Amino acid sequence: MTSKSKFLAAPYLLWMIIFIVIPLALIVVFAFTTTVYTDLEGNLLSNEEFDELRIEYDNFYDMADNELPYKKQTVFTLTHIMEVSNYVPVLLNSVWLAIIATAICLLIGYPLAYLISRMRYGFQKLMLMMVMLPMWMNFLLRTYAWMTLLERNGWINKLLGLVGIGPFDMINTQGAVVLGMVYNYLPYMILPLYSIMTKIDNRTIEAAQDLGANSLRVFSKVVLPLSMPGVASGITMVFVPSVSTFIISRMLGGGTNMLIGDLIDLQFLGNAYNPNLGSAISLVLLVFILLCMSITNQLNNEDNMDGGMLL
Amino acid sequence: METIIEIKNVSKEFNGEKVLKGINLSIHDNEFMTLLGPSGCGKTTTLRIIGGFVTPDDGDVFFYGKKINDVPPYKRPVNTVFQKYALFPHLNVYDNIAFGLRISKVPENEIRQRVAEMLELVNLMGYEKRSVDNLSGGQQQRIAIARALVNSPKVLLLDEPLGALDLQLRKEMQIELKKIQQRLKITFIYVTHDQEEALTMSDTVVVMNEGIIQQIGTPQDIYNEPTNAFVANFIGESNILPGIMHRDYLVEFAGNNFDCVDAGFAPMEPVDVVIRPEDIKLVEASDEVLNGVVETVTFKGVHYEIVVNAYSDYWVIQSTKSANVGDIVGLSFTPEDIHIMHKSKPARQSRYSRTVSEDMADDK
Ligand SMILES: Nc1ncnc2c1ncn2[C@@H]1O[C@H](COP(=O)(O)OP(=O)(O)OP(=O)(O)O)[C@@H](O)[C@H]1O
Ligand SMILES: [Mg+2]
Repeated sequence: MTSKSKFLAAPYLLWMIIFIVIPLALIVVFAFTTTVYTDLEGNLLSNEEFDELRIEYDNFYDMADNELPYKKQTVFTLTHIMEVSNYVPVLLNSVWLAIIATAICLLIGYPLAYLISRMRYGFQKLMLMMVMLPMWMNFLLRTYAWMTLLERNGWINKLLGLVGIGPFDMINTQGAVVLGMVYNYLPYMILPLYSIMTKIDNRTIEAAQDLGANSLRVFSKVVLPLSMPGVASGITMVFVPSVSTFIISRMLGGGTNMLIGDLIDLQFLGNAYNPNLGSAISLVLLVFILLCMSITNQLNNEDNMDGGMLL
Repeated sequence: METIIEIKNVSKEFNGEKVLKGINLSIHDNEFMTLLGPSGCGKTTTLRIIGGFVTPDDGDVFFYGKKINDVPPYKRPVNTVFQKYALFPHLNVYDNIAFGLRISKVPENEIRQRVAEMLELVNLMGYEKRSVDNLSGGQQQRIAIARALVNSPKVLLLDEPLGALDLQLRKEMQIELKKIQQRLKITFIYVTHDQEEALTMSDTVVVMNEGIIQQIGTPQDIYNEPTNAFVANFIGESNILPGIMHRDYLVEFAGNNFDCVDAGFAPMEPVDVVIRPEDIKLVEASDEVLNGVVETVTFKGVHYEIVVNAYSDYWVIQSTKSANVGDIVGLSFTPEDIHIMHKSKPARQSRYSRTVSEDMADDK
């Protein structure tokens, strides 16, 4: 790197340090530490002992000598990380719902992206606009809209009622949560797929046809392998926000379907206030997502090398 | 010889622009046919119609007498070497070449053998595992040739397959391709805008301009008997002069009457007179010949190119002897060197092209 480009990179480096490295470091610190209280000699206090001391201190608050009778200390601990294991079912549930949502997004998004990429240029722009239009509305608003649609006496049930079916319990189900994820994150699947598919040269498709490949073969041997990078980034872009969402599950899942995101939210802003545990869960989730991403990347690399031989 | 492909009266329009205007062609078994013409004249479009990638607006395409207008590309017994290679970027060299064989379910050990043969043919042994992105333009082009040839198609369509090669490699590959064609007994339909390439490689040359076939014939025919000024000018440099055909075997141009060998024109018909630069000899100025003043002399390696101003026209002459600028010289040529052509008129040219192709069919 030349000194000049180093200089140009400085603002980004600064940005990354302030908004990525420091928060991450804080999360790690929080996840592996806990706050304990000792007496003035440094002996560890149990919760009861600490409460006693504190009450005592509070009662004699107006005494002249108001030095605290205990000390606060931050110490290394693995308890929070261990504690995360209690929440494995929640994590699994989140992952499961995120996988379903990602799969549905892929199923809807892939053919749609392919169709759009083969349209006339003017049409492509129009279709992309339609795909992105919902994203211009506020996320909360969009999800609220689904609440009113799915409610027991919401629009869908009303419509169904007109033809004499229903009403169905749609809100506060896992299905509603998945629906919310698909609805909100589908564009993140379509856009990377579309952009990779427009890059597929029509001449390579013609070359495959020329060599005897019918539409199915053209798809499996050329289009699919060449679009794998888009599939990988689409999966990542849908899976990651889905697995860590908390608004969708709270609004459409009705609290009964707690996801890992809700859990973290609770530790920081909710009743269960425990930032250390919250950080530990976040950290586990982070590692988990990194793992998933490296697996999809691996898949993608292999497909790039010999995707043509898979089918 | 058996006719493999026949194109009858094919026309094609893109966005209201007529790109092909009534093309008629018959391609025979084992023939090396070249489509020659300037950029944008419709060569690639003609090839794509044969390959099945473009559907003609008008007219028909026949393979072995069967109409195949609606047969999709993957069912046609032809393979194409595309103008811009169009290799598969996700496959390595070996898998690119093996693509067609795998589609037709050839056993892997036979594939291995045939791919190896092809790599040897295009002189790229040991490149099997290389990614096609890392190859030079010339190497990619040779892979594209191998990828098409390996399927041993009845007909191979080649769209300027040597365009990206340097002169040396280009010459080598020309010879190589010609040998391959003769050895494997494949019909080649070859597109180029390089007239020298067309003349050296082909059995039949089809000269096109603006979507119309100007002339079909052997390289010798095309070179020696161009049917109009366009062909004459496109196939090598030519002196094209306005003239008047007084009667059979007598033409007037450059202020004189000359004997010639052409006949069948209307009396006093305005014509184009074409004389090749290498057919003109520089002689002493005299009353017997056309006289002029040397304007420029350029050394071209094998010969000098001398421009002479005679009868207020510029004549290009190729001569092994040099001359001095300002010399007064005589231009000498025989009646056989004078080629008389109808003034270019598109309608007449297309009629012409058909007669030529029918003539050829009779010859065979
Ligand atoms: N798919 C298409 N859509 C619109 N116009 C086209 C299309 N294909 C070809 N054309 C037009 O048709 C004309 C002939 O094109 P073609 O590719 O056949 O020329 P060519 O003789 O192969 O030229 P070159 O030597 O430059 O390759 C050109 O004017 C080109 O712009
Ligand atoms: Mg072309």
